[in-house]
Amino acid sequence: MYSYIAKRVLMTIPTLIGAAALVFILMRLIPGDVCVVRLGSGGGSFSEHSVQMCHAELGINRPMIVQFADFVWGLFTLNLGNSMWSGKPVVLEIATRLPISIEIALLAAVVAIVVAIPLGTISALKQNTWLDLVVRTAAIAGIATPSFWLGILSIVLVLNVTQAITGSPWMPPIEYVPLWKDPIRNLSMTLLPAITVGYRYAAVSMRMTRSTMLEVMREDYIRTARAKGLLRRIIINRHALKNALLPVVTLLGIEFAFLIGGLVVTEQVFNLNGIGRLFVLAVQNQDYTLTQALVMLVVAIFVFTNLVVDLTYAWLDPRIRFA
Amino acid sequence: MSTSAPFHFAPQAVAEEVTEIKRSALGTALEFCRRQPVGTLGMVLVLIIAVNGLGAEWIAPYNPTSNDFAAMTEAPSRTHLLGTDQLGRDIFSRIVFGARTALIVGFSSAIVGGFAGLVLGVASAYFGGRIDLIMQRFMDILMAFPLIIMALAIVSIFGTGVHNVIAAITIPLIPRCARVVRASALPIREVPYVDAARACGFGHTRIILRHMVPNVMAPFLIMLTAFVGQAILAEASLSYLGLGVQEPVPAWGLMLQGGAEEYATTAPWIAVFPGLAIMLTVFGFNLFGDALRDALDPKLRDR
Amino acid sequence: MYATTVTQGLMAACLGVVLAAGAAGPSDAEDTPKHGGTLTYMIPADAPPSLDSHRETTYALVHTIAPFYSVLIRLDPSNPSDTTHFFCDLCTEMPMPTDDGKTYTFKIREGVTFQDGSPLTAADVAATWNAIIFPPEGVSSARETWYTMVEKVEAPDATTVVFHLKYGSLAFLPALADPYAMIYEKKILEKDPHWYEKNVMGSGPFWFASYDLGQSIKGTRNPNYYHKGQPYLDGVVGIFSPKQSVRVDAIRGDRAAMEFRGLPPAAINQLQQQLGDKITVQTSDWNCGNLITPNSRRKPFDDVRVRKALLLAIDQWHGAPALSKIANVHTVGGIVFPGSPLAATKAELEQMAGFWPDIEKSRAEARRLLKEAGAEGLTFELLNRNVDQPYMFVGTWIIDEWSKIGVHATQKVVPTGPWFEAMRDGNFAVVVEANCNGVVNPLMDTQKYLPRAAFTENYGGYVDQTEIDIYNKMLKETDFAKQRALMREYETYVVDTKAYEWPMLWWYRMIPERSYVKGWKIGPSHYVNQDLANIWLDQ
Repeated sequence: MYSYIAKRVLMTIPTLIGAAALVFILMRLIPGDVCVVRLGSGGGSFSEHSVQMCHAELGINRPMIVQFADFVWGLFTLNLGNSMWSGKPVVLEIATRLPISIEIALLAAVVAIVVAIPLGTISALKQNTWLDLVVRTAAIAGIATPSFWLGILSIVLVLNVTQAITGSPWMPPIEYVPLWKDPIRNLSMTLLPAITVGYRYAAVSMRMTRSTMLEVMREDYIRTARAKGLLRRIIINRHALKNALLPVVTLLGIEFAFLIGGLVVTEQVFNLNGIGRLFVLAVQNQDYTLTQALVMLVVAIFVFTNLVVDLTYAWLDPRIRFA
Repeated sequence: MSTSAPFHFAPQAVAEEVTEIKRSALGTALEFCRRQPVGTLGMVLVLIIAVNGLGAEWIAPYNPTSNDFAAMTEAPSRTHLLGTDQLGRDIFSRIVFGARTALIVGFSSAIVGGFAGLVLGVASAYFGGRIDLIMQRFMDILMAFPLIIMALAIVSIFGTGVHNVIAAITIPLIPRCARVVRASALPIREVPYVDAARACGFGHTRIILRHMVPNVMAPFLIMLTAFVGQAILAEASLSYLGLGVQEPVPAWGLMLQGGAEEYATTAPWIAVFPGLAIMLTVFGFNLFGDALRDALDPKLRDR
Repeated sequence: MYATTVTQGLMAACLGVVLAAGAAGPSDAEDTPKHGGTLTYMIPADAPPSLDSHRETTYALVHTIAPFYSVLIRLDPSNPSDTTHFFCDLCTEMPMPTDDGKTYTFKIREGVTFQDGSPLTAADVAATWNAIIFPPEGVSSARETWYTMVEKVEAPDATTVVFHLKYGSLAFLPALADPYAMIYEKKILEKDPHWYEKNVMGSGPFWFASYDLGQSIKGTRNPNYYHKGQPYLDGVVGIFSPKQSVRVDAIRGDRAAMEFRGLPPAAINQLQQQLGDKITVQTSDWNCGNLITPNSRRKPFDDVRVRKALLLAIDQWHGAPALSKIANVHTVGGIVFPGSPLAATKAELEQMAGFWPDIEKSRAEARRLLKEAGAEGLTFELLNRNVDQPYMFVGTWIIDEWSKIGVHATQKVVPTGPWFEAMRDGNFAVVVEANCNGVVNPLMDTQKYLPRAAFTENYGGYVDQTEIDIYNKMLKETDFAKQRALMREYETYVVDTKAYEWPMLWWYRMIPERSYVKGWKIGPSHYVNQDLANIWLDQ
């Protein structure tokens, strides 16, 4: 087992270095740079001299190899430097935006779990009834719906419905306050995006719950339990659900990593000052340091989640370890 | 895949993928319809989209790109079935032509990404050893890499043509397909007849094509249908972020960007219909894909 | 009335007479301003790169920090549409230039303090201007080239600042009224010239309270503010939101009271429909306009017939009213801000290609020219910037116009960085640009049309000494009528004769405010009048 863990952990290193090289090269292949964007953002003119001065200040006139070495060394020492756009530490830029993104991701996960597991289970138990059909259709629709579209429609709906009912339109707050400071204000801001994102998440989990549940119900031990005349409810709660949930939890884990990514579009729709919006901003400003750090963060989350999933499976299924 | 597009392709298809699929004949189309009524619905949806895409010139009542400043943001009516957008363009016509863009993007990405994945996956499984290890690390990198960076880089370097958008969407599909194909192909490699073929001195190409590829066809086809829907959604997300195809090309995601949002309260039809088109199309491909999986997967068949 | 004021102002300025006036009083004579309340406004952009106004160029910066700073001189806050009269902010009286217009001596107010309590003296003002005009090594100053006429700035005593010019120039005072020229504290600048990039320390109507990275900026009332009675508000909150739909929804839901850049007509109509008399809209012509630049170094755009044909194909007279319903464009004009006395009249415009009143005749000529040049059925790529308003609307519209003479253009839309880079490298066929300026100053604003040899930010790729000669002659002309004639000659040469650049609709500024917001007045620039001192809430 230990050698498997070691092997699996070592295998993440080339992935991380490869991703670092890829983002480094791609960012520099994009024409223009942060200095041009910054100087030209006012729509006015700027001199060649000021571009060169800016290059020198940010160190992007140095040889590529030096810049890359700098970047990798920074990753290694966890010193990510300053944003080329704002001059503020990259860590600060990211840390400011992280709470709202994580909160929405977690809320969406809660929405997903609360909706998906009961519905998925019922759908499996009532297989091929109209209920099953409705749940499955809703699930496929959830996967098929662009969540930014759902977001746009939900904002309009809230505004129009509140205007129709109360006479004055209500809009979610536009300034983020942490949950512990003002829970109501916080939730009224985050709930709508969480539901929008959570729908897809719920849909995927629902399908998974249903299919694993169906599989488990066919296993021999369930049949045995049935044959023994155990109550159906007990069979489901004690035996079937417990075993069916493992793949679902795994999926939830993997999807969570994706969820953070899905926020890119949702945060645009709702104007949330989160990681996703920062990402788009960093890329558009051609802010090398910040983009590189964000990519590495996303890649690291992805790699880490996969690692955990793999190790969990290995722990549960000895065959994998020795394969 | 849905709006996680900007970062990654979602793994649900991988997670749900059943890799131990034995070859089974597709059966006749009629048989499929009888056994899979829901899948048939999906197929009908897909067909409608395909007809629209192929026959856009004959179906659309208006030129999808010509502006009409006398008829801006008009509500749905008999002259404009689904209303007009902020430039006075007929939304129905744009949706009909948009089907073509969606299908081009969807199928090209799925087919190119799928086949590249197929080749890499089978090769990886067949040759094994160091080649396999290196290839898999490359796949890891592509898999973990955020799509938005890739898309933005491609679009910024080469411009926003349809083919560049396709490239941006295709690249992340490759590792996903390669993974699944590799997993399906690995057991086959150990089957005695592959060894026998090798012993007979057959070339690699011949063994791969004759013996390995046919055996991974079932999961490959299932994945291909899923990819089409996912690529369409990815295109919509990228367009929404301004990284997809550009005006005045009629494309659904693009129709939801910019104007649609600004007019959402006063002219909701601008935002509602293109979104519905995306949803129904992807819905159709998913239903069809599910049914295909049920049909091809003996383990699930009798459920 | 507007035009006459400007004419008079301009003539006065031409004669070297500068009108002096004190600070403006409250703008709404009929209403007595009420004190109190907090104004929440939307900043229609992402947060600016740094907080240093001397260094940055984006309007987002002015909208973010102008309330915290004082300037030396400015336009009248109660009438910023008048862009030729200048008023004191920190000085006590507008000076008459001496020494043949080469010396300007400003008296500085006494008793002004920075937020940290230290007094603001002439030394701070001089140090600020020295940092702007003569930045130390390693410090960038975005607008230093505007002040090439300045020889030195000094503060002989605590209340006097003297600007010594190398030569008298009419461009000096407008440049001095630049809203970005916020007054910094000398001792901070001396200690660390980069300090202001990340911090705020000013003497404006509001004190800096907090800055939430990427989200918002907050200020509270400066109790020691030197303009009597101002500011009226207890505080201000600016919220960054590049997304227009969010800003409109925020104003609709009263999460914010207004925004200051300008919304397109659809958004304005929507707000008016939904809010009725709870919303007030101010409008103004905008000192910004799009221009289309063909790459004169690339075939077939090196052929004047092709350039002219493409310009002739566009029906601006009919396009403007239609586009103005969906985009923040409005007025058909030449290269000079419409309404400026130096701008072409309609009759004068109609003489130029692209402005002919008969579009059928114009398109027939376009087709003839294309045929003659052997460029029928021309296909090319129109480079555009991924900014909706109004770049992409203008781009989409002109592509449709070109299709009417059989020209097929596709639009290539890229983010700001690659857009600039393509222009700088000459790597485009035809590009959609904009010419956007602050204080209206046609002589400076039309430099954009000069060949690159004379103005580095021109991307047309043409070389033309004749044009530069006309411009220089105009620049040095002090007789208004002659200057205006030279401006026509310059304009006709660039647009009609050579078709180097195609001016394409001037923008229109429309500012929605909740009706309880009073006191703020719109002007033709979104850079100007942003200190919010004269705003009050009628609640």
